[in-house]
Amino acid sequence: MADNIILQVTRYRPEREVEPTTQEYEIPLHEEWAVLDGLNHVKDQLDGTLSYRWSCRMGICGSCGMTVNGEPRLTCATFLTDYRPGPIRIEPLRNFPVIRDLVVEIGDFMRKLPKVKPWLIRDEDAAATDGELLQTPAEMDEYKQYSMCINCMLCYSACPIVGLEEGFLGPAAIALAQRYNLDSRDQGAHERMDVLSTAEGVWGCTFVGECTTACPKGVDPAGAIQRYKLTAAAESLRSFLLPWRSA
Amino acid sequence: MNARYTEFHPRWYRPRMPVFWWVGRRSYLIFVLRELSSVFVAWSVVFLLLLVHAVSQGGQQYQQFLNLSRNPWMLALNIVALAFLVFHAITWFTLAPQAMVVRLRGKRVPRSLITGAHYAGWALLSALAAWLILG
Repeated sequence: MADNIILQVTRYRPEREVEPTTQEYEIPLHEEWAVLDGLNHVKDQLDGTLSYRWSCRMGICGSCGMTVNGEPRLTCATFLTDYRPGPIRIEPLRNFPVIRDLVVEIGDFMRKLPKVKPWLIRDEDAAATDGELLQTPAEMDEYKQYSMCINCMLCYSACPIVGLEEGFLGPAAIALAQRYNLDSRDQGAHERMDVLSTAEGVWGCTFVGECTTACPKGVDPAGAIQRYKLTAAAESLRSFLLPWRSA
Repeated sequence: MNARYTEFHPRWYRPRMPVFWWVGRRSYLIFVLRELSSVFVAWSVVFLLLLVHAVSQGGQQYQQFLNLSRNPWMLALNIVALAFLVFHAITWFTLAPQAMVVRLRGKRVPRSLITGAHYAGWALLSALAAWLILG
Protein backbone atom coordinates (compact mmCIF):
# COMPACT_ATOMS: atom_id res chain seq x y z
CA MET A 1 0.00 0.00 0.00
CA ALA A 2 1.48 3.31 -1.08
CA ASP A 3 1.77 6.34 1.21
CA ASN A 4 -0.32 9.39 0.57
CA ILE A 5 0.75 12.96 -0.08
CA ILE A 6 -1.16 16.24 0.07
CA LEU A 7 -1.39 18.54 -2.94
CA GLN A 8 -2.20 22.17 -2.13
CA VAL A 9 -3.61 23.35 -5.43
CA THR A 10 -4.45 26.94 -6.35
CA ARG A 11 -8.05 27.28 -7.48
CA TYR A 12 -9.46 30.28 -9.29
CA ARG A 13 -13.04 30.11 -10.46
CA PRO A 14 -13.79 33.55 -11.87
CA GLU A 15 -17.55 33.02 -11.81
CA ARG A 16 -17.53 32.79 -8.01
CA GLU A 17 -14.18 34.12 -6.73
CA VAL A 18 -12.39 37.43 -6.98
CA GLU A 19 -9.05 35.99 -5.88
CA PRO A 20 -7.49 32.53 -6.07
CA THR A 21 -7.88 30.17 -3.13
CA THR A 22 -6.10 26.95 -2.17
CA GLN A 23 -7.68 23.51 -2.12
CA GLU A 24 -6.08 20.42 -0.64
CA TYR A 25 -6.24 16.97 -2.18
CA GLU A 26 -4.80 13.80 -0.71
CA ILE A 27 -3.47 11.46 -3.35
CA PRO A 28 -1.53 8.18 -3.36
CA LEU A 29 2.23 8.63 -3.46
CA HIS A 30 3.48 6.27 -6.16
CA GLU A 31 7.17 6.06 -6.93
CA GLU A 32 6.61 6.52 -10.67
CA TRP A 33 4.10 9.38 -10.46
CA ALA A 34 5.01 12.86 -11.59
CA VAL A 35 3.10 15.86 -10.21
CA LEU A 36 1.05 15.77 -13.41
CA ASP A 37 0.00 12.18 -12.67
CA GLY A 38 -1.13 13.41 -9.28
CA LEU A 39 -3.22 16.16 -10.86
CA ASN A 40 -4.69 13.66 -13.32
CA HIS A 41 -5.63 11.46 -10.37
CA VAL A 42 -7.40 14.43 -8.76
CA LYS A 43 -9.20 15.24 -12.00
CA ASP A 44 -10.25 11.63 -12.66
CA GLN A 45 -11.03 10.45 -9.12
CA LEU A 46 -11.51 13.34 -6.73
CA ASP A 47 -12.58 16.59 -8.40
CA GLY A 48 -13.46 16.84 -12.07
CA THR A 49 -13.72 20.64 -11.90
CA LEU A 50 -9.94 21.19 -11.60
CA SER A 51 -8.51 22.87 -14.72
CA TYR A 52 -4.92 22.65 -15.94
CA ARG A 53 -3.07 22.16 -19.22
CA TRP A 54 -1.18 19.09 -20.26
CA SER A 55 -0.61 16.96 -23.30
CA CYS A 56 2.44 14.82 -24.03
CA ARG A 57 3.60 13.75 -20.53
CA MET A 58 7.20 13.58 -21.78
CA GLY A 59 8.71 17.07 -21.67
CA ILE A 60 8.13 17.89 -25.32
CA CYS A 61 4.86 19.79 -25.67
CA GLY A 62 5.67 22.39 -23.01
CA SER A 63 2.07 22.80 -21.85
CA CYS A 64 2.18 21.50 -18.27
CA GLY A 65 4.36 24.23 -16.76
CA MET A 66 3.26 25.25 -13.25
CA THR A 67 4.78 26.60 -10.08
CA VAL A 68 5.66 23.67 -7.82
CA ASN A 69 6.70 24.64 -4.29
CA GLY A 70 7.59 28.08 -5.61
CA GLU A 71 9.68 26.85 -8.56
CA PRO A 72 8.63 26.96 -12.21
CA ARG A 73 8.57 23.32 -13.32
CA LEU A 74 7.22 21.03 -15.99
CA THR A 75 4.84 18.97 -13.88
CA CYS A 76 5.38 15.92 -16.11
CA ALA A 77 9.08 15.94 -15.24
CA THR A 78 8.73 16.66 -11.52
CA PHE A 79 8.26 13.62 -9.33
CA LEU A 80 6.06 13.46 -6.27
CA THR A 81 8.58 11.40 -4.29
CA ASP A 82 11.10 14.26 -4.43
CA TYR A 83 8.73 16.26 -2.25
CA ARG A 84 8.07 13.56 0.34
CA PRO A 85 6.50 13.92 2.91
CA GLY A 86 4.74 16.93 1.38
CA PRO A 87 2.59 18.87 1.17
CA ILE A 88 3.26 20.05 -2.38
CA ARG A 89 2.12 23.52 -3.34
CA ILE A 90 0.95 23.75 -6.97
CA GLU A 91 0.25 27.23 -8.37
CA PRO A 92 -0.14 28.59 -11.89
CA LEU A 93 2.94 29.95 -13.68
CA ARG A 94 3.90 33.37 -12.35
CA ASN A 95 3.93 36.56 -14.43
CA PHE A 96 0.88 35.50 -16.45
CA PRO A 97 -2.80 36.35 -15.96
CA VAL A 98 -4.77 33.39 -14.65
CA ILE A 99 -7.82 32.25 -16.61
CA ARG A 100 -8.92 29.45 -14.30
CA ASP A 101 -7.25 27.34 -11.61
CA LEU A 102 -3.81 26.47 -13.05
CA VAL A 103 -4.46 27.68 -16.59
CA VAL A 104 -2.67 30.88 -17.54
CA GLU A 105 -3.25 33.27 -20.43
CA ILE A 106 -0.38 33.11 -22.93
CA GLY A 107 -1.56 35.60 -25.58
CA ASP A 108 1.12 38.13 -24.66
CA PHE A 109 3.86 35.51 -25.15
CA MET A 110 2.32 34.41 -28.45
CA ARG A 111 2.30 38.00 -29.69
CA LYS A 112 5.92 38.55 -28.69
CA LEU A 113 7.35 35.44 -30.37
CA PRO A 114 6.83 36.43 -34.03
CA LYS A 115 8.25 39.92 -33.36
CA VAL A 116 11.78 38.47 -33.53
CA LYS A 117 11.06 36.88 -36.94
CA PRO A 118 11.87 33.34 -35.84
CA TRP A 119 12.29 31.81 -39.26
CA LEU A 120 15.07 31.55 -41.84
CA ILE A 121 15.39 34.84 -43.69
CA ARG A 122 17.23 34.82 -47.01
CA ASP A 123 18.21 37.85 -49.09
CA GLU A 124 16.75 36.17 -52.13
CA ASP A 125 14.32 33.31 -52.12
CA ALA A 126 15.79 30.33 -53.88
CA ALA A 127 13.69 27.88 -55.85
CA ALA A 128 13.25 24.45 -54.33
CA THR A 129 14.99 23.01 -57.37
CA ASP A 130 18.21 24.82 -56.39
CA GLY A 131 18.74 22.21 -53.71
CA GLU A 132 19.32 22.24 -49.95
CA LEU A 133 21.28 24.77 -47.98
CA LEU A 134 24.09 22.63 -46.65
CA GLN A 135 25.44 22.96 -43.15
CA THR A 136 28.39 21.37 -41.34
CA PRO A 137 27.97 19.76 -37.89
CA ALA A 138 30.05 22.60 -36.41
CA GLU A 139 27.70 25.17 -37.96
CA MET A 140 24.73 23.35 -36.53
CA ASP A 141 26.31 23.22 -33.08
CA GLU A 142 26.37 27.03 -33.10
CA TYR A 143 22.60 27.27 -32.70
CA LYS A 144 21.36 23.76 -31.86
CA GLN A 145 21.13 24.41 -28.12
CA TYR A 146 18.75 27.35 -28.72
CA SER A 147 16.56 25.27 -31.02
CA MET A 148 15.68 22.93 -28.14
CA CYS A 149 13.16 25.44 -26.71
CA ILE A 150 9.67 23.98 -26.31
CA ASN A 151 7.92 27.30 -25.50
CA CYS A 152 6.93 26.09 -22.05
CA MET A 153 7.30 29.63 -20.67
CA LEU A 154 9.01 28.53 -17.46
CA CYS A 155 11.67 31.15 -18.20
CA TYR A 156 8.99 33.88 -18.36
CA SER A 157 7.68 32.68 -15.03
CA ALA A 158 11.18 32.78 -13.49
CA CYS A 159 12.16 36.19 -14.86
CA PRO A 160 11.34 39.16 -12.59
CA ILE A 161 11.79 41.58 -15.50
CA VAL A 162 8.92 39.87 -17.34
CA GLY A 163 6.77 40.53 -14.27
CA LEU A 164 7.90 44.13 -13.87
CA GLU A 165 8.17 45.31 -17.48
CA GLU A 166 5.17 44.47 -19.56
CA GLY A 167 6.83 45.17 -22.89
CA PHE A 168 9.97 43.08 -22.32
CA LEU A 169 10.31 40.51 -25.11
CA GLY A 170 11.45 37.90 -22.62
CA PRO A 171 14.02 35.11 -22.50
CA ALA A 172 12.53 32.51 -24.86
CA ALA A 173 11.80 34.99 -27.66
CA ILE A 174 15.34 36.40 -27.56
CA ALA A 175 16.91 32.93 -27.38
CA LEU A 176 14.79 31.96 -30.36
CA ALA A 177 16.04 35.01 -32.27
CA GLN A 178 19.59 33.89 -31.51
CA ARG A 179 18.71 30.42 -32.74
CA TYR A 180 18.19 31.97 -36.19
CA ASN A 181 20.90 34.65 -35.96
CA LEU A 182 23.52 31.96 -35.34
CA ASP A 183 22.22 29.69 -38.11
CA SER A 184 24.63 29.72 -41.07
CA ARG A 185 21.66 29.52 -43.48
CA ASP A 186 20.06 32.69 -42.13
CA GLN A 187 20.70 36.19 -43.44
CA GLY A 188 18.20 38.12 -41.33
CA ALA A 189 20.30 39.19 -38.33
CA HIS A 190 20.13 42.88 -39.30
CA GLU A 191 16.32 42.72 -39.53
CA ARG A 192 16.09 41.26 -36.03
CA MET A 193 18.46 43.83 -34.59
CA ASP A 194 15.80 46.57 -34.75
CA VAL A 195 13.66 44.52 -32.37
CA LEU A 196 16.39 42.99 -30.23
CA SER A 197 18.70 45.93 -29.58
CA THR A 198 16.09 47.98 -27.73
CA ALA A 199 15.06 48.64 -24.14
CA GLU A 200 12.29 46.09 -24.61
CA GLY A 201 14.72 43.63 -26.17
CA VAL A 202 18.10 42.56 -24.81
CA TRP A 203 18.77 45.82 -22.97
CA GLY A 204 15.74 45.21 -20.77
CA CYS A 205 17.49 42.13 -19.37
CA THR A 206 19.52 42.73 -16.23
CA PHE A 207 21.01 39.23 -16.14
CA VAL A 208 19.23 37.73 -13.19
CA GLY A 209 19.98 34.34 -14.77
CA GLU A 210 16.90 32.55 -13.43
CA CYS A 211 15.60 31.82 -16.95
CA THR A 212 18.54 29.50 -17.52
CA THR A 213 18.08 27.85 -14.12
CA ALA A 214 14.39 27.25 -14.87
CA CYS A 215 14.82 25.95 -18.43
CA PRO A 216 14.03 22.21 -18.57
CA LYS A 217 15.76 21.80 -21.95
CA GLY A 218 19.17 23.38 -21.24
CA VAL A 219 18.63 26.27 -23.64
CA ASP A 220 20.43 28.95 -21.56
CA PRO A 221 18.39 32.02 -22.59
CA ALA A 222 20.44 34.23 -20.23
CA GLY A 223 23.60 33.27 -22.12
CA ALA A 224 21.88 33.96 -25.45
CA ILE A 225 20.84 37.43 -24.30
CA GLN A 226 24.26 38.38 -22.94
CA ARG A 227 25.94 37.13 -26.14
CA TYR A 228 23.56 39.27 -28.14
CA LYS A 229 24.35 42.30 -25.99
CA LEU A 230 27.98 41.91 -27.07
CA THR A 231 26.91 41.59 -30.71
CA ALA A 232 24.60 44.62 -30.51
CA ALA A 233 27.20 46.76 -28.73
CA ALA A 234 29.87 45.82 -31.29
CA GLU A 235 27.45 46.63 -34.12
CA SER A 236 26.59 50.04 -32.62
CA LEU A 237 30.29 50.83 -32.26
CA ARG A 238 30.93 49.74 -35.83
CA SER A 239 28.11 51.88 -37.21
CA PHE A 240 29.47 54.84 -35.20
CA LEU A 241 33.07 54.43 -36.31
CA LEU A 242 32.41 53.14 -39.84
CA PRO A 243 28.97 54.54 -40.76
CA TRP A 244 29.48 53.73 -44.45
CA ARG A 245 29.90 50.02 -43.70
CA SER A 246 26.86 49.48 -41.52
CA ALA A 247 23.76 47.95 -43.04
CA MET B 1 -3.02 46.57 -27.88
CA ASN B 2 -3.43 47.36 -24.24
CA ALA B 3 -2.66 44.14 -22.39
CA ARG B 4 -4.53 45.34 -19.28
CA TYR B 5 -7.81 45.44 -21.16
CA THR B 6 -9.20 42.24 -22.52
CA GLU B 7 -12.57 42.44 -24.13
CA PHE B 8 -13.83 38.89 -23.75
CA HIS B 9 -12.13 37.87 -20.53
CA PRO B 10 -12.61 40.67 -18.03
CA ARG B 11 -12.22 38.33 -15.11
CA TRP B 12 -8.69 37.07 -15.52
CA TYR B 13 -6.81 37.21 -12.27
CA ARG B 14 -3.77 39.42 -12.64
CA PRO B 15 -1.35 38.93 -9.78
CA ARG B 16 0.78 41.93 -8.89
CA MET B 17 4.50 41.70 -8.20
CA PRO B 18 4.97 42.48 -4.51
CA VAL B 19 7.40 45.32 -3.73
CA PHE B 20 9.72 42.93 -1.92
CA TRP B 21 9.65 40.23 -4.61
CA TRP B 22 13.43 39.96 -4.38
CA VAL B 23 13.61 39.09 -0.68
CA GLY B 24 12.29 35.53 -0.66
CA ARG B 25 14.70 33.99 -3.12
CA ARG B 26 18.48 33.79 -2.83
CA SER B 27 19.19 34.31 -6.54
CA TYR B 28 16.89 37.35 -6.69
CA LEU B 29 18.50 38.82 -3.57
CA ILE B 30 22.00 38.36 -5.00
CA PHE B 31 20.83 39.99 -8.23
CA VAL B 32 19.40 43.04 -6.44
CA LEU B 33 22.54 43.36 -4.29
CA ARG B 34 24.64 43.18 -7.46
CA GLU B 35 22.56 45.97 -9.00
CA LEU B 36 22.91 47.98 -5.79
CA SER B 37 26.67 47.45 -5.81
CA SER B 38 26.94 49.72 -8.86
CA VAL B 39 26.13 52.69 -6.55
CA PHE B 40 29.22 51.82 -4.50
CA VAL B 41 31.28 51.35 -7.65
CA ALA B 42 30.26 54.90 -8.62
CA TRP B 43 31.14 56.15 -5.13
CA SER B 44 34.61 54.55 -5.38
CA VAL B 45 35.20 56.42 -8.63
CA VAL B 46 34.12 59.70 -7.00
CA PHE B 47 36.38 59.00 -4.00
CA LEU B 48 39.32 58.29 -6.30
CA LEU B 49 38.67 61.49 -8.26
CA LEU B 50 38.55 63.46 -4.99
CA LEU B 51 41.91 61.96 -4.05
CA VAL B 52 43.45 62.85 -7.42
CA HIS B 53 42.03 66.38 -7.14
CA ALA B 54 43.43 66.77 -3.60
CA VAL B 55 46.87 65.56 -4.69
CA SER B 56 46.89 68.01 -7.58
CA GLN B 57 46.04 70.90 -5.22
CA GLY B 58 49.12 70.44 -3.05
CA GLY B 59 50.08 69.29 0.44
CA GLN B 60 47.46 71.11 2.52
CA GLN B 61 44.54 69.89 0.42
CA TYR B 62 45.97 66.38 0.49
CA GLN B 63 46.22 66.50 4.28
CA GLN B 64 42.57 67.65 4.44
CA PHE B 65 41.59 64.72 2.27
CA LEU B 66 43.49 62.33 4.54
CA ASN B 67 41.71 63.80 7.58
CA LEU B 68 38.37 63.34 5.84
CA SER B 69 39.23 59.74 4.99
CA ARG B 70 40.18 59.06 8.61
CA ASN B 71 36.71 60.06 9.75
CA PRO B 72 34.93 57.05 11.28
CA TRP B 73 31.84 57.39 9.11
CA MET B 74 33.95 57.77 5.98
CA LEU B 75 35.95 54.73 7.00
CA ALA B 76 32.74 52.76 7.55
CA LEU B 77 31.37 53.88 4.19
CA ASN B 78 34.54 52.83 2.41
CA ILE B 79 34.62 49.44 4.12
CA VAL B 80 31.03 48.82 2.97
CA ALA B 81 31.97 50.10 -0.50
CA LEU B 82 34.95 47.72 -0.63
CA ALA B 83 32.76 44.79 0.36
CA PHE B 84 30.27 45.66 -2.40
CA LEU B 85 33.10 46.14 -4.92
CA VAL B 86 34.48 42.68 -4.18
CA PHE B 87 30.94 41.25 -4.39
CA HIS B 88 30.42 43.06 -7.70
CA ALA B 89 33.67 41.73 -9.16
CA ILE B 90 33.18 38.14 -8.01
CA THR B 91 29.56 37.87 -9.20
CA TRP B 92 30.52 39.53 -12.47
CA PHE B 93 33.40 37.13 -13.08
CA THR B 94 31.11 34.21 -12.31
CA LEU B 95 28.64 35.40 -14.95
CA ALA B 96 31.25 36.31 -17.58
CA PRO B 97 31.63 32.84 -19.18
CA GLN B 98 27.90 32.73 -19.88
CA ALA B 99 28.20 35.86 -22.02
CA MET B 100 31.52 35.03 -23.66
CA VAL B 101 31.72 32.23 -26.15
CA VAL B 102 35.38 31.94 -27.06
CA ARG B 103 36.52 29.31 -29.50
CA LEU B 104 40.06 28.05 -29.91
CA ARG B 105 40.69 25.72 -32.86
CA GLY B 106 37.00 25.04 -33.22
CA LYS B 107 36.53 24.05 -29.58
CA ARG B 108 34.74 26.15 -27.01
CA VAL B 109 37.03 27.37 -24.24
CA PRO B 110 35.76 25.93 -20.92
CA ARG B 111 33.96 28.22 -18.48
CA SER B 112 36.55 27.80 -15.74
CA LEU B 113 39.29 29.08 -18.04
CA ILE B 114 37.36 32.28 -18.85
CA THR B 115 36.60 32.92 -15.17
CA GLY B 116 40.23 32.12 -14.35
CA ALA B 117 41.46 34.59 -16.97
CA HIS B 118 39.33 37.31 -15.36
CA TYR B 119 40.80 36.59 -11.92
CA ALA B 120 44.31 36.51 -13.40
CA GLY B 121 43.67 39.90 -15.02
CA TRP B 122 42.40 41.24 -11.70
CA ALA B 123 45.48 39.96 -9.85
CA LEU B 124 47.80 41.36 -12.51
CA LEU B 125 46.24 44.85 -12.41
CA SER B 126 46.21 44.81 -8.60
CA ALA B 127 49.90 43.85 -8.58
CA LEU B 128 50.64 46.64 -11.06
CA ALA B 129 48.76 49.16 -8.91
CA ALA B 130 50.58 47.94 -5.78
CA TRP B 131 53.93 48.22 -7.56
CA LEU B 132 53.13 51.77 -8.71
CA ILE B 133 52.07 52.89 -5.23
CA LEU B 134 54.49 50.99 -3.03
CA GLY B 135 57.43 50.56 -5.37
